[in-house]
Amino acid sequence: MSYEVPLAPGEQPDNLDGEATSAHGWPLWEVFVRAKRGLSHTHVGSLHAPDAETAVQNARDGYTRRAEGVSVWVVRSVHIHASDDASSMFEPFEDKPYRHPTFYEIPDEVGQL
Amino acid sequence: MHNDTGQQAFDAIIEADEKVEPRDWMPDGYRSTLIRQIAQHAHSEVIGMQPEANWITRAPTLLRKSILTAKVQDEAGHGLYLYSAAETLGISRDELQELLHSGRQKYSSIFNYPTLSWADMGAIGWLVDGAAIMNQIMLQRTSYGPYARAMVKICKEESFHARQGYSIMMTLAQGTEEQKALAQDALDRWWWPSLMMFGPHDAESPHTEQSMAWKIKRVTNDELRQMYIDQTVPQAHYLGLTIPDDDLVFDEETGHWNIGPIDWDEFWATVKGNGRVSRERIAHKVKAWDEGAWVREAATAYAAKQRSRSESEKEAS
Repeated sequence: MSYEVPLAPGEQPDNLDGEATSAHGWPLWEVFVRAKRGLSHTHVGSLHAPDAETAVQNARDGYTRRAEGVSVWVVRSVHIHASDDASSMFEPFEDKPYRHPTFYEIPDEVGQL
Repeated sequence: MHNDTGQQAFDAIIEADEKVEPRDWMPDGYRSTLIRQIAQHAHSEVIGMQPEANWITRAPTLLRKSILTAKVQDEAGHGLYLYSAAETLGISRDELQELLHSGRQKYSSIFNYPTLSWADMGAIGWLVDGAAIMNQIMLQRTSYGPYARAMVKICKEESFHARQGYSIMMTLAQGTEEQKALAQDALDRWWWPSLMMFGPHDAESPHTEQSMAWKIKRVTNDELRQMYIDQTVPQAHYLGLTIPDDDLVFDEETGHWNIGPIDWDEFWATVKGNGRVSRERIAHKVKAWDEGAWVREAATAYAAKQRSRSESEKEAS
């Protein structure tokens, strides 16, 4: 279900800045599901669990109640290292169009190439 | 924190109808609005288990009982997907839970109404989940990636919720006079609260404009409410039930159903925590959490034991 509860007249909104203040509790695990044989595992969300075994079990109950998958991976979130997406890391590819097959014009007579 | 390059990149993403992802720079207001909205949404799923769980032991058949159990389990799952999305914004699960338990964050007022008869299970699936679906289909296009993805998964499951509810209503509406009266009574009690789920009129909804600009919301409260009314009124007629609104009239010119005035005093009273079962809902949630403490402790102890066992095995070999 869904919902957005409006502020009552005179009520101040919570000013949540997204800085997590509590660190206790179970670690966070990222969940990856293989939808069917032949496909890669895909990220579907996360959950908290005390250990890997429980995380797998909870991922099964939480993310695959309707045959959404045939295999589940769980990875501790702290073990994922991400790129800096705002950086120029991916820019060099923009000026190298010759890496794509469509860069080359081949006459139709040549046939499939 | 202001960041010109970040702001420009953010604006470009919104303008191009792309998704904002967790590691992107975003305005503080965008982040706090999303945390609040996704958290309320998650809390609603979790508290929403109570009115329906109330009828699991009294479902009329084993099949209806299995269906209702599966639906309540789905609501727990929806809570999980949404908390998971909220956590990508940097707030912790413990913190979100504490905000709900202490009453600092709310959940949808619809769950502060009691479920008095079995027919309410039909009315909730058909009307309440139906209203939720309207809202959530729109939110599949929301600008924050993790929220949009959670909505896609939830919408698939909500369709089952609405249909099983309508199926209960059909059974009752085609049954004895007594059963039909139960169905009508449930519609009478749930119709107006479900219309209120869409929130205040656009003119009284000061945050709508900013949320639309950020593309968090894609359709306004009144637009969504009208879509819902137009879809639901003929469904009530099909059941042979009467919508409890003497002013309800079909406008041939616009092709829309026009309703009478909504009782906003009731709405605001419920939002402020004076709903008929507001206190019971939170008290029950806190009790369930406290009484489940031994399960969490046992799981933590088991995990620690497994870890120390595998470490001592490594040392021995």
